[in-house]
Amino acid sequence: MTTNSLLAISILIAAALLLPVITIWKKRSPARLRDIPAFARLSRSLGLSIEDGKRIHVSLGHGNLLDARGGSAFAGLAMLRSISEHTSVSDMPSVASAGDPVLGLLTQDTVQAGYQAAGVEELYVPTTGRITGLTPFSYAAGAMHIAQNENVSTNILVGHFGPEVSLLADTSDRDNVTLIGASDNLTGQSVLFASTQDALIGEELFASSAYLNADPGHAASLTVQDIFRWLIILVLLGGAAGKFVGAF
Amino acid sequence: MRVLTAVIAIAFGFLVLLGYFFPQAAIFQIILLDWAVILAGFAALVGLLNLMIVHFDKIRRRETGSVYSALLILSLIITFLAGLLLKPQHPIMRDVILNGIIIPVEAALMGLLTVTLLYAAIRLLRKRADVMGIFFILTAAIIFLGSATLPLGDVPVIGTLIRPWVSQIWALGGARGILIGVALGTLTTGLRVLSGMDRPYGGK
Repeated sequence: MTTNSLLAISILIAAALLLPVITIWKKRSPARLRDIPAFARLSRSLGLSIEDGKRIHVSLGHGNLLDARGGSAFAGLAMLRSISEHTSVSDMPSVASAGDPVLGLLTQDTVQAGYQAAGVEELYVPTTGRITGLTPFSYAAGAMHIAQNENVSTNILVGHFGPEVSLLADTSDRDNVTLIGASDNLTGQSVLFASTQDALIGEELFASSAYLNADPGHAASLTVQDIFRWLIILVLLGGAAGKFVGAF
Repeated sequence: MRVLTAVIAIAFGFLVLLGYFFPQAAIFQIILLDWAVILAGFAALVGLLNLMIVHFDKIRRRETGSVYSALLILSLIITFLAGLLLKPQHPIMRDVILNGIIIPVEAALMGLLTVTLLYAAIRLLRKRADVMGIFFILTAAIIFLGSATLPLGDVPVIGTLIRPWVSQIWALGGARGILIGVALGTLTTGLRVLSGMDRPYGGK
């Protein structure tokens, strides 16, 4: 086994041990999360969309679950679960779109789970979870159609998006639709930064579910990320200092 | 049933994960990933069916833009049947449908993207009249100026000194920081799914 594999296993085991321990701790003392303007805007949009009788469109990108981009897709699904539960009793339930077939199926399952959790499973319509295209641009074109023609008040883009997200952002801007976006792709992030008022940067994408529901598991995963982030900072600083004094 | 799906998903997830570290488990990993690829193929068919149902519904309810829905369904059926009957390598499929329609349409969207990106840059300061917005615009302008291909070569100082300094040190450092954050987020999200804390399958 190589050194890299050993390091990866160690990180995995450490994270796997920390996650349940911190979850139990978070159950006893709920987390205090820092203010992120995009999530405050999202919470407001959820309430307003129900009052205004408008839809929320959740777009999960075209992340393939069989590769590294699956992480952002799973984060998007966790967020969709909360949103579909909140908006299930609305006259205009939220719509979700995906650009990958497997993600599309999970989208439908997740929306249905949200309805079940809200106790209104009979209101669930399978077409509220859709696959709009199988290439980045065809997916964006299909998602733009939803944003423009289905009485949408807020577009939430969470997942893997490349530069094509600019088309979706432009549609939202022209139709005066609130846009909240996060991507695990650097190009997608920079486009969203330029196109939205409160962009979500980097790991903030993975914090969405912790901000939308009070589940201690989600808050615990943020704490685990923080622990590892500090460890990485210390290792980087230690490495730089070691190099500076000629230890390596 | 929900418990069973969770147990199967978690067990298969662990087997695939172990395959990355232990050669003994790699055989299971390959088999399971092959199954996943086949299932993803079927999922694409289910997705197409879902897309057709959505657009049939739009036509039935005579919604705005239902003409486009009809066009989409017609194109979808023609392409699907042509692919089945002629096979993807047939000249009609390759030259007419792929090179004649699909690629030009995607290229047109790519061209449109250039305009929307430029427009996004112009309206950036309207949306974000803060320090970050100004830095973003300034950095983009320096990189553009420094990368511009001019008849006389690089723009002095900007092309030879400032652009490499901004892109190789500041931008690269920032990108690495963001990617480390994304990797940590992916790790904890993956662990939540793998341990069954998050279950985006099999209902609530």
